[in-house]
Amino acid sequence: MTDLTSLSIADARSKLRAKEFSATELADAFIGAVEGGDALNAYCEKTPDLAREQARTADARLAAGDAPSLCGIPLGIKDLFCTKGVRSQSGSNILEGFKPPYESTVTTNLWDAGAVMLGKLSMDEFAMGSSNETSCYGNVINPWRRKGDDSALTPGGSSGGSSAALAASMAMATTGTDTGGSIRQPAAFTGTVGLKPTWGRVSRWGIIAFASSLDQAGPFTRTVRDSAIMLEAMASVDDKDSTSADIPVPDYEAALTGDMKGKRIGIPKEYSVDGMTAEATALWEKGADHLRAQGAEIVEISLPHTKYALPAYYILAPAEASSNLARYDGVRYGHRAKLSQGDGIDDMYAKTRAEGFGHEVKRRIMIGTYVLSAGYYDAYYIRAQKLRTLIKRDFDEAFEQVDAILTPTTPSPAFGLGEKSDPLDMYMQDIFTVTVNMAGLPGISVPAGLSPDGLPMGLQLIGKAFDEANLLNTAYALEDALEFMAKPEKWW
Amino acid sequence: MSVDAATVRKVAKLARIAVEEDEIEPLANEISGILDWVEQLQEVDVSGVEPMTSAVPMRLKRREDVVTDGDRRDDILANAPDSREGFFAVPKVVE
Repeated sequence: MTDLTSLSIADARSKLRAKEFSATELADAFIGAVEGGDALNAYCEKTPDLAREQARTADARLAAGDAPSLCGIPLGIKDLFCTKGVRSQSGSNILEGFKPPYESTVTTNLWDAGAVMLGKLSMDEFAMGSSNETSCYGNVINPWRRKGDDSALTPGGSSGGSSAALAASMAMATTGTDTGGSIRQPAAFTGTVGLKPTWGRVSRWGIIAFASSLDQAGPFTRTVRDSAIMLEAMASVDDKDSTSADIPVPDYEAALTGDMKGKRIGIPKEYSVDGMTAEATALWEKGADHLRAQGAEIVEISLPHTKYALPAYYILAPAEASSNLARYDGVRYGHRAKLSQGDGIDDMYAKTRAEGFGHEVKRRIMIGTYVLSAGYYDAYYIRAQKLRTLIKRDFDEAFEQVDAILTPTTPSPAFGLGEKSDPLDMYMQDIFTVTVNMAGLPGISVPAGLSPDGLPMGLQLIGKAFDEANLLNTAYALEDALEFMAKPEKWW
Repeated sequence: MSVDAATVRKVAKLARIAVEEDEIEPLANEISGILDWVEQLQEVDVSGVEPMTSAVPMRLKRREDVVTDGDRRDDILANAPDSREGFFAVPKVVE
């Protein structure tokens, strides 16, 4: 029998329906892979009993001929999705032992579609990071290594557990969230497909908030087709999230024709930046050539405010975080500091938050508090919101000329753990992805090729708001032409 | 340097995060570095530009004003570090 853990969702779906194997056999294969993958530290909570129980239910539905799209498909879930009765800490000690009494809308949708949960996946604390090094669970290790070099590399962040688990065949797909690039950058670093939908496409209810106007959940998958299947299951119009868009969820898989004739693809000149590796530039050109060969027209475009997206983001995201994270006060859930004789409630708040939050989170809360404080609000926060209007306007104008935009996902491939100690150096990871969050648009990273030292690199496609169907179809055509088949060599 | 030690102490107090004395100076340096970097936003002419309030233009949804959930006291208290007699418990608050 083929190795069950290497199948795509689309293949497993038809094989399950054809009774080539059962959901229980599939779940057991993945539970074994998860058990054997501790060296990567991708899972922070394993739920094999729940997986077996859900697989039995899936088998019953398959036997009854009532199998929904993800029936029996084993998934890993990022730690910031609230899962009923299963520890959900958003990678933070301040939520120590938190077991939500409710289920997020996204995971509810996935279980309703028949999926099976293997466990929860590590992440940067409150999704603040680009390397998974701020997680309270310790570093996650990328299954990919440089050629002839055993040093541990980052799987990217913040959804580092999600990217590593998928690349190491410890899940058939995983969920992530993307506030500035936290799905697309890890996907690029691990040779996987990562999709950030339009803001409002996927409900945020039950997802532990970082920056509400930027956060959006999406899938990590092996293929673009799987991404379409996952998005269709995750997305919904949700009464519990008043910002979830009142737009019906289309059949994304049906949009995958690969037809690029008459499509116009924009290449933004501002994305040629200093520090971009020669390989990234070469892959970018290769991607454009492939789309041209399939009948698309390649158009140079300008997004003039690109360079301001990252600094504006580092005002807005911390500002929203300082407000969202005010709820962690040691009263209702999670960690509470041990108090000394005579300590009052303010001491409880301050000590609890000092102990519970990690350094990066504290720094961002303090920056957010500062830019929102009296006397600085207009100079920082309002100015950044105006920049956001200009960034969105750049995209609106570009989309009058083109159907999608092609860029590299990151300037360079995965770096070594501990290699980037300067926060600004780390923030630059999101230089090509953060613009998309600022404008609320959908973006997808598709594996494009290997660097000279054998590491995967990604290309990003950016689409129009709520036009995931066309975005996925363009990604499908690109994936087909790039023929990326490489897998990490198993060392763990 | 845009942020000094006194500002760090003030912001830490506003954010309710206890900061040790030896952490103040490094934090001031890091926060200043980041704020100096975002200063480049000042070079953009934003006159006449409206601040963005929503990534996607949408009307806030309305619903019937009816109770849809509730009676979950024990669920709500289940994760509390300290709860007594159906309430969250905190140190004595004296005004």
